[in-house]
Amino acid sequence: MKVVQEGKKEYWRWQEYQKILSSKNWEKSDIITAGVDVGSVGSKAVVMINGEVYSWSVTRTGSNSPDSAKKAIGWAMEGTGLELDDFKYIVGTGYGRVNVPMANKAVTEIACHAKGANHIWGPTVRTILDVGGQDIKAIRCDQTGRVTSFLMNDKCAAGTGRGMEVFADLLQIPIEDIGEVSLRVDEEPEPVSCTCVAFAKTEAMGLLRKGWSKEKVLAAYTRAMAIRMCALLKRVGIEKDFVITGGQSKNIGVVTRIEKILGIKRLPMPNWRGGGLDPMIAGALGAAIIAKALHERSK
Amino acid sequence: MKQIITHYGYSDASGEYYVVIDTAKCDGCAECIRQCPKAALELVTLLVDLEDKVVAAVSEDHRKKIKYTCSLCKPEKNQTPCMTACSQKAIRCVWNPI
Repeated sequence: MKVVQEGKKEYWRWQEYQKILSSKNWEKSDIITAGVDVGSVGSKAVVMINGEVYSWSVTRTGSNSPDSAKKAIGWAMEGTGLELDDFKYIVGTGYGRVNVPMANKAVTEIACHAKGANHIWGPTVRTILDVGGQDIKAIRCDQTGRVTSFLMNDKCAAGTGRGMEVFADLLQIPIEDIGEVSLRVDEEPEPVSCTCVAFAKTEAMGLLRKGWSKEKVLAAYTRAMAIRMCALLKRVGIEKDFVITGGQSKNIGVVTRIEKILGIKRLPMPNWRGGGLDPMIAGALGAAIIAKALHERSK
Repeated sequence: MKQIITHYGYSDASGEYYVVIDTAKCDGCAECIRQCPKAALELVTLLVDLEDKVVAAVSEDHRKKIKYTCSLCKPEKNQTPCMTACSQKAIRCVWNPI
């Protein structure tokens, strides 16, 4: 028997990376804190020195939270000379927050995301939409990054990053390109009716068989996602300035449709490949900020 | 203390349903947790202005399936067991079917 070896490409696989922002040398006397955000799909760690971001990592969450946390913070420290003992305070957050072994304290993501967004974009941020791997959060906050209203959606992976990974694989389009490809339609198709990833996949296959292009199928799914997110936002109310965090902040197809439905633009995405901060680290960043505050209070 | 309102629920083609908890009013007495017929609520520790505050929340196990978990009480509108149990009027179930 001869088996045909097909080249298996992992279209869903997104880039893990580490970044060191400043070349400044840290000293033992500095207040070094960290935030570790173990999400359902991605694990992020941010290292802060005296309240300024020094380095961070964005990694994929494995099957076990403690290992994912270790990997994230290990990668954020790589090449910096830092060791775990140098940290004055570490805060764990996210879905796996209680399983961050090196953390001094676990804090719910309710408090962390807004603090992070406030640091990335400044005190004018009032509404945050966080689209993570398996859930969506809509948050309202004041000028200090203090939360006034918080919403977490019920549905499983529907309309989240994980759903996009499934579609990337199904349509064989690299995950980084999916947003742009979804915009290559002359007019917006009807959104897919189903919001469960498993059913949406079946529906999408049906549409492909009917002769829909990949672009059109993606547009329909992305539009369904955007409509759902806007419904969640309406529940907490939308006030400017509006920002999007989490992995889907990089999906231009989702972002463009949300802006169109809401009639307001989000604050521009920082140039995270350059010197800016990645909106994916908002939770971990907020945790690192809270870690510094908790350390100072304990003195 | 300023308020943090937490919402757990969904908005979809069938309408919206949310369990809404005013964490400033909630005193963590856990009476709603005892009265919930589906054990869908739990106490969580919230960090508010760097202080820990223990409040009620939809449990992590139920957050993704509120649509099914709460279906029993939904038609009772303002008389759900969790709402009538709360002496602080901190918890509400909001159901707006389309």
